[in-house]
Amino acid sequence: MNAPHQIARKLRVATTSLSGCFGCHMSLLDIDERLLELAHLVEFDRSPITDIKHCGPCDIGLVEGGVCNAENVHVLRELRENCKVLVALGACAVNGGLPAQRNNLDINQCLSQVYRNADGVVQVPNDPELPLLLDKVYPINEIVRVDYFLPGCPPSGDTIWKFLTDLLTGRTPRIEHPLLKFD
Amino acid sequence: MSDYNTSGFDSANMFSIDGRRIPFKPGQTILQAALEAGVYIPHLCHHPDLKPHGSCKLCTVTVNGRNGSACTARALPGLEVENDTPALNDRRRVLLQMLFVEGDHFCPGCEKSGNCQLQALAYDLEMVAPHFRHFFPKRTVDASHPDIWLDLNRCIMCELCVRASRDIDGKNVFMLAGRGANSQVVVNSPTGLLKDSALTADDAAAQICPVGAILHKRVGYSVPIGQRQFDDATIGHQVEYLARRHIPIKPVAVDAPKMPEKEGV
Ligand code: SF4
Ligand code: SF4
Ligand code: FES
Repeated sequence: MNAPHQIARKLRVATTSLSGCFGCHMSLLDIDERLLELAHLVEFDRSPITDIKHCGPCDIGLVEGGVCNAENVHVLRELRENCKVLVALGACAVNGGLPAQRNNLDINQCLSQVYRNADGVVQVPNDPELPLLLDKVYPINEIVRVDYFLPGCPPSGDTIWKFLTDLLTGRTPRIEHPLLKFD
Repeated sequence: MSDYNTSGFDSANMFSIDGRRIPFKPGQTILQAALEAGVYIPHLCHHPDLKPHGSCKLCTVTVNGRNGSACTARALPGLEVENDTPALNDRRRVLLQMLFVEGDHFCPGCEKSGNCQLQALAYDLEMVAPHFRHFFPKRTVDASHPDIWLDLNRCIMCELCVRASRDIDGKNVFMLAGRGANSQVVVNSPTGLLKDSALTADDAAAQICPVGAILHKRVGYSVPIGQRQFDDATIGHQVEYLARRHIPIKPVAVDAPKMPEKEGV
């Protein structure tokens, strides 16, 4: 089973969720038993799967979610610096997605609506630990250079599998109908 | 305009698209002849029931070496038209990307998703990302009408609603106003609101929007994912399929005949 599939060095993959819902990571798990095949080809660096906090040198970085605060910018830049290939995984990373629906609203108004308690008192959390919100939610390619885009909310397990196997085996990834979906 | 009688073709009235011979009737545009022959040329602002408009430029083809809109250019004997080429498709993809960033096209939250012509073209031309900086516009959403709502954040300014209201419904409910980036569809009513206009749910103008800008209320997401118009086959395949069977092609119509699943085209 292992010999013909074994490659000299396993590719290192980092994954992260910025301003996303983890749906894309769930979809990655949705490749089901093919995860075992994937484990033959790659090992995970920074990822919710490993709980490693900082990214080391990697071959592929998969980024879920858009960029909504200063910490997202930081994490994204770290991934970009360390990954040879950076992939925008899912609608939020590709175009801001659901979080970006706040982009044409006034951010102060948003916060005061959300943090208004039953008595009408507004208490927006204000702690130096909390990352600073950006004025807008940005797709990741508006912050760093992105090599590949995989749209979908989330992209299906099959789409992710097709993309990853293309990439891991040295083909130019190609996602076409019916795997190419924006919703 | 779609009920052409193919018996009138003259052997001299032929031109070629990507090397394939296409018959036409005098007066037809390149796009009309192509669709009738089952050749798909991507398009957004064309509709068989309406006069050509030539605004979206998705149908740009190369005619005897020069670029032009297939929906406005007349078919003439001997023309050599290039359509499905990497260079033209690249440009079409760029046009689509510009349309996507100019509006607020967040498909997972849009009721038109799966039935949207803009999205379907993006799939067909394998556009994976909008590429350009997003405008994130803030435009009017008019939910005043009892049956129809209008979200101009998704409008691509194809003027299909304008033309349908004027030429089919005879009501002139919609118009394009403003210049450049500030252009937008406006509603002809004393208040500017849809509820005070003459628009009714069965108007052609209420059905024709190729994107999710004019939508019917209380029908959103009624068709499950997997059964929507463009889930089974790309828009290009559907248009070809319908054309070959001489079914009038109205891919944006709510009642468009659906292509049977997975049938060879
Ligand atoms: S109008 Fe079409 S492209 Fe725009 S958000 Fe809706 S489904 Fe997507
Ligand atoms: S509302 Fe729809 S039909 Fe009217 S111009 Fe905009 S996109 Fe076209
Ligand atoms: S279909 Fe020809 S320009 Fe829009």
